Amino acid sequence: MSELRIEGLRAGVSGKEILKGIDLVLRSGEVHAVMGPNGSGKSTLSHVIMGRPGYEVLAGSITLDGEDVLAMDTWERAQAGLFLAMQYPTEVPGVSLAQVLSASFAAAGRSATDVPALVGAEAERIGFDARFLTRELNVDLSGGEKKRNETLQLGVLRPRFAILDELDSGLDVDALRACSARVEAATSEDGLGVLAITHYNRLLTVLKPDVVHILVKGELRATGGPELADELETTGYGAYLGEGESDREPQPADPFADPFGPGPFA
Amino acid sequence: MASAERFVADGLPTADEEAWRYSRIDDLDLDAFTPADAASAVRPSPPAADRLPVHAAPVIQLVDGRLASLTVPDGWADQGVQIGRVVDVPGAQQLLEALGIEPVDPFARLNEAFSVDPIIVRIPTGVHLDAPIVVTHHVATAGAAAFPRLIVVAGAGSEAVVVDVATSDDVAALSVPVVELHADRGARLRYVSVQDLGLRMWQLASVMASVGQEADLVAAAVALGGGYARLRTDCRLVGRGASGDLLAAYFGEADQTLDFRTFQDHRAPDTTSNLLFKGAVAGRSRSVYTGLIRVEKEARGTNAFQTNRNIKLSDEAWAESVPNLEILNNDVHCSHASAVGPVDEEQRFYLESRGVPPLVADRLIVSGFFDEVLSKLPVDGLAGLVRAQLDAKLEREGTERG
Repeated sequence: MSELRIEGLRAGVSGKEILKGIDLVLRSGEVHAVMGPNGSGKSTLSHVIMGRPGYEVLAGSITLDGEDVLAMDTWERAQAGLFLAMQYPTEVPGVSLAQVLSASFAAAGRSATDVPALVGAEAERIGFDARFLTRELNVDLSGGEKKRNETLQLGVLRPRFAILDELDSGLDVDALRACSARVEAATSEDGLGVLAITHYNRLLTVLKPDVVHILVKGELRATGGPELADELETTGYGAYLGEGESDREPQPADPFADPFGPGPFA
Repeated sequence: MASAERFVADGLPTADEEAWRYSRIDDLDLDAFTPADAASAVRPSPPAADRLPVHAAPVIQLVDGRLASLTVPDGWADQGVQIGRVVDVPGAQQLLEALGIEPVDPFARLNEAFSVDPIIVRIPTGVHLDAPIVVTHHVATAGAAAFPRLIVVAGAGSEAVVVDVATSDDVAALSVPVVELHADRGARLRYVSVQDLGLRMWQLASVMASVGQEADLVAAAVALGGGYARLRTDCRLVGRGASGDLLAAYFGEADQTLDFRTFQDHRAPDTTSNLLFKGAVAGRSRSVYTGLIRVEKEARGTNAFQTNRNIKLSDEAWAESVPNLEILNNDVHCSHASAVGPVDEEQRFYLESRGVPPLVADRLIVSGFFDEVLSKLPVDGLAGLVRAQLDAKLEREGTERG
């Protein structure tokens, strides 16, 4: 039994505080949904857990079975058993999925010879066309294909905890079912703990949450069982706003946005 | 020796001139080098084939700019293929006079004056060569000035691949190679140079291509070595519907300067040129890319593209990229793009988030960055060999950083 513990986490971008004190404990086999409107800090939470450059932790702690996650480099967090399925998986020209997974296995001291077979088995489980596997990572993939690709990597890498950052965005119904069913299976087969960050309920129809958190304005304003997600369907986020608060807030500045247009290797 | 006199009269170019801006021409001391001695009885041997960054056996081997050996594959002579020194190949002199190519710059002029064994390769009309013409230039003598010269004339409808490999011992010497590529009507000519000189070498090279009607040229360069290694490429599209693809992959380390100048010269209607140069600079190395797309008034219907991208792997490394357009006809489609930057932070984060350590991630990303060029190299098996060399450079770079 493993435990990912977030305590008093405050974090932001370019001096602007976005997460204003998050407390959350996720254990093996559990599925926690974090739901909230745009700009509530959902993506920031996922990035801070994985250590994305550009995000500053202002206070609080994240530990994995007592180990200080915030002291680790991103790759060490991954090797320690954390996985982030990204909302917008990055295109990496000229690099294949097999190369990345082999490098990850090698860094863990595992033989990379199993990678092709594992990848093949996972691809079949989620109905991912094998022709994508040797292609450049995320290059020219549709939104849905990218999410299947993220789910496939989760299956091969077998993390202890997965953070799914809007896995349901850009997915058609079939892909959504395939991906969420795969994650659901990992919770029972491997004891995977899941932090599913989502805007909508639809991911949670297959991937049943044990706990639902409502994230508004960088705070968890409510925590409850699956019924909380159903309530949201009728009430919306308005019920969780304080007096004078609007449910719309500008998105935090993307620290990677290039003020001069497409990046050098776009 | 009209060329030599002209060179002396003109003097060396200086870095004030546009084509030499950012170059190290001002550091070059020509007096430090002497043309390789013709009378020398002891001719150093070329490197063994297994030391070359190509698999195929060499056809032409030059040492210090002089012909060391010539091995023409069986059957080529029967097809009318002529390979040899210009003085030995019947009709070669007249052909060169008819082609009438002027030296593109002072160093091409110097080559014209001092080249001892200019080599000509003539592929007759309609002949498709079944193997690449591998040419090796090896510099073995410290203080030598070598002037290799290669002229390839691909007849109408012919097809040929030329692989041109430049290597050296670890000596301080000067190499001033000139390559002329002539693709006649409908010919398909592929040329790849692999420059793997020692780090104390000076190289001032030029490749001049002339592409005829409906002919199709690919000129690719892989530049790995040299202390200062310059390559000027002129691609002249002289016949209607001619097409020229220019490719380069380069990787500087230590104190290397790699310097590229390109001219995509559209002189006929409906011509297409496509340039993709990609480089990485590590250590204290420098790279220069300046390129000009020139579309003449008569070259309506031109398509011309130019892309140069550079990855800077250290704070002390430096890369310059200057694309230029000069368009004298309105009915054209041109674009250019250039960039210099570090390894993409988002790509690195993505790989790290899968458990890949940062140095390994950078190696994969840089290797992948070159893939776009390497996958287009027109010789089977060459991409793998170049990848291995680039990986070795990345490994050294990583060791230095880590």
